[in-house]
Amino acid sequence: MSERDPLFSGKNIKLLTNPLNDENPITVQVLGICSALAITVKLEPSVVMAISVTAVLAFSNVIISLLRNMIPPRIRIIVQLVVIASLVIMVDQVLKAFAYEVSKQLSVFVGLIITNCIIMGRLEAFAMGNRPWPAFLDGLGNAAGYGIILIIVGFFRELLGSGEIYGYPVVEKLGLYKIGYEDNGLMILPPMALVIVGVIIWVQRSRNRKLIEEN
Amino acid sequence: MKKFSNLYIFSFSSIMVIAVAAVLAITALLLQPIQERNIAIEKKRNILSSIHVETSASDADAKFEQYIIETFVINHKGEVLQGVEAFQVSMRDELRKPLEQRKLPLYIGEKGDGRKYIFPLHGKGLWGPIYGYVALEDDMNSIYGANFGHDKETPGLGAEINQPFFQEAFVGKKIFESNGTFSSIRVVRGGTDPGNEHAVDAISGGTITSKGLEDMLYDCLISYESFIKTGRNQL
Repeated sequence: MSERDPLFSGKNIKLLTNPLNDENPITVQVLGICSALAITVKLEPSVVMAISVTAVLAFSNVIISLLRNMIPPRIRIIVQLVVIASLVIMVDQVLKAFAYEVSKQLSVFVGLIITNCIIMGRLEAFAMGNRPWPAFLDGLGNAAGYGIILIIVGFFRELLGSGEIYGYPVVEKLGLYKIGYEDNGLMILPPMALVIVGVIIWVQRSRNRKLIEEN
Repeated sequence: MKKFSNLYIFSFSSIMVIAVAAVLAITALLLQPIQERNIAIEKKRNILSSIHVETSASDADAKFEQYIIETFVINHKGEVLQGVEAFQVSMRDELRKPLEQRKLPLYIGEKGDGRKYIFPLHGKGLWGPIYGYVALEDDMNSIYGANFGHDKETPGLGAEINQPFFQEAFVGKKIFESNGTFSSIRVVRGGTDPGNEHAVDAISGGTITSKGLEDMLYDCLISYESFIKTGRNQL
């Protein structure tokens, strides 16, 4: 990239939109699955987790991209980890101050953003070799691709498992309990997150045939 | 690939570490007052929850004023200590001291059906601390309500101690035998007869947490024993 592209050139827009579908970190690259299982019981923690990962990924991409010519290759992984860890601690502190209840629900999983493979993957694969602005877009795009899956999974698990949407008791208001409907307790357990992710992958690939592997 | 000298690598890492430390320290200091306020609100909510008062983060202060009519700090003989604010006392620190030196906080709640005496608890779970509040009825024997919390017990197993189904099992249990000896409440693995007034079911798969909770109840309540037996007339 010797010449500067305009801010929202086609190439840059692709950085933002590709991870939503063709290169989705969860459903295509199968990265960051653990957190997708752990915190998607309800919609609210899923949303907060998505925002947290977006903040960490976007800013760490920019910081690493700014430093990319100064970072000695021999210690680059350590530098990347220091940047990620500091940002995660800051996110954790901010959550404790402004979203205490949610930070209790997320508990260790905020700290575990450090180990989310999507983040190190993007730093190593993209930020180390690109300018800050594309790196920022790449961070936003990948975090959005991750977040959208979390939110879809969280939506179905909360609706079917607890009968609520974002804490609002929809099923009760619709009166479904009176006619014998019961919440599915299995939805609250981690395996169902895996099943829902599987269903999302299925739907996505049936609509987007080029993702289907040949073998 | 560009070559970097060892000196460069060392200086780069040193500067990076110092910069990061400074940024994190500043963030932590700036946010500390807000975080401490959240922790205080949470404590009030837990205390109120042990006497079955539902609260939200916004009305916790008001409801605490409304339902908690008195707070005391007492010693192991049940005598009231002056000049100490119960809400500021950390049960964790007090339990490390010998019994004679402990400053024991005590909250008295009133919901219109008699006074409830609320005792703070602190103990060890499997992975970290567990804590809570237990409220006794005016007879100083029956449990009116209980609230338990934990920092890092196993989700789905030990972590279930903060769930209503477990806490409700304590309601109506008695901490004294009929002959007046202090027995606390046992948390029984494998289930207990529902009619048993001194025991509740442990959590399947959470045996060590359940055991820790049983010890916590015993160790904390025994500090208050003489107060529970006689001392409340002195208040």
